[in-house]
Amino acid sequence: MSPGRTVGTGRVQGKGGQEAMPIQANDDAEKARRFRDAALPYLDDVYTLARHLLRDAGDAEDAVQECYLRALKHFDSYRGPAMKPWLFAILRNVCRAEFSRRANSPVKTIDELPEDAEQKPLWHEADETPEAQMLRRRDASTIQELVAALAEPFRETFVLREVHSLSYREIADIVAVPVGTVMSRLARARAMLRTAWMADEEQSK
Amino acid sequence: MTCDEAEILLHALIDGELDAGHARDVESHVATCPRCAPQLAAYREMSRQIADANLHYTAPLSLRRRIEASLPQPKPAPSRRSVLKGFAMGSALSAIAASGLFAIVLRHDDDQRILSEVVSAHLRSLQAGHLTDVISTDQHTVKPWFNGKLDVSPPVVDLTAQGFTLIGGRLDYLDAREIGAVVYRRRQHIINLFVARTSDTERRPATMEHIQGFNIRTWSAQGMKFWAVSDVAPDELAEFGEKFEATLKTTTVG
Repeated sequence: MSPGRTVGTGRVQGKGGQEAMPIQANDDAEKARRFRDAALPYLDDVYTLARHLLRDAGDAEDAVQECYLRALKHFDSYRGPAMKPWLFAILRNVCRAEFSRRANSPVKTIDELPEDAEQKPLWHEADETPEAQMLRRRDASTIQELVAALAEPFRETFVLREVHSLSYREIADIVAVPVGTVMSRLARARAMLRTAWMADEEQSK
Repeated sequence: MTCDEAEILLHALIDGELDAGHARDVESHVATCPRCAPQLAAYREMSRQIADANLHYTAPLSLRRRIEASLPQPKPAPSRRSVLKGFAMGSALSAIAASGLFAIVLRHDDDQRILSEVVSAHLRSLQAGHLTDVISTDQHTVKPWFNGKLDVSPPVVDLTAQGFTLIGGRLDYLDAREIGAVVYRRRQHIINLFVARTSDTERRPATMEHIQGFNIRTWSAQGMKFWAVSDVAPDELAEFGEKFEATLKTTTVG
């Protein structure tokens, strides 16, 4: 809290540090206020994305808090894009760091996926399923489970599109892939979800 | 267009990402293709059900507080309110004779309480089935609906052209009395506009407050007090307030 802390090794840098402190504190408070006004309105959105990426409430809370800390740190250099995609991109980095920290866990990170994962079906797509079959009505918790079961890169793109209604361009910027990749991931995600949806219908018959 | 092409592009069609020419191409292929047509229908249905399932979460209050607390909070330039609050808690007790000032302090606290109530009412309204008592995008349906229900007739103006869609009206409760709420939508965001009668007929310029992650724009005009509350960005909420005031002025004067 002490504004002196921010100067840290100020003694080594010598002159000027002492007088600059009150201004520094002022700037910090002003920056915090601007940051709060700009970023906090998206807390629910960021938390929602974290829940879908990490699939765990506690992990999501930690990631969101870390995301806001990092965002504040880099707020000075923030020039856009819009605040929400910017926060999402930071959150995504936080989540990836979390995934690599859990390196031993069976959850695969995006980077650990084999290269051909985007071509190879992750589960059997029921070719024999009549394509004319319409989807039955499912309750919210079933839909949530089906979405949670999607593999990582597909779930990420899918959630950014279907839950957060971002444009392909925004998703591409957040995920740092070309728009074409966003399109193919989204197509795959929807195909997989539809297959799982219909399989779930079969089971629950 | 081949089915393989259509299979990817129909997603872009659903998502509104295609330009008019490509959208027409995909649509005309799908219209005549027995393979792609049901796919498009199924994906549309899926998107609709996912939207209905509402996969949004609300951040726990504890998380919001932890983040708030982690922000630097030195107060080198205390606001007028906190100066007065300090005064009220400390020296005010001995200077109770300065009742004028004391009244100001109390009124501010009162304002603060009402603002929290506004936020609570807004949050309540976002819970399922609570948003609107009358659903209509037509101001001539929403406005008469309030008649006889309140001691004030909340002005309902159409701001669709300005990017704020009217979605309805609702009776709510604020400061221990019934109050009108006019509900607008800005993209995915809900804006509740609370309207109450006030004895103060003076037009008061707008103030912007920020509470629990929500922005509240407060202003007075024509013997009414307005609170617009939403999670849209402050500048968008300010825009909403300005457009509302401007439209109201032209419709009542002209």
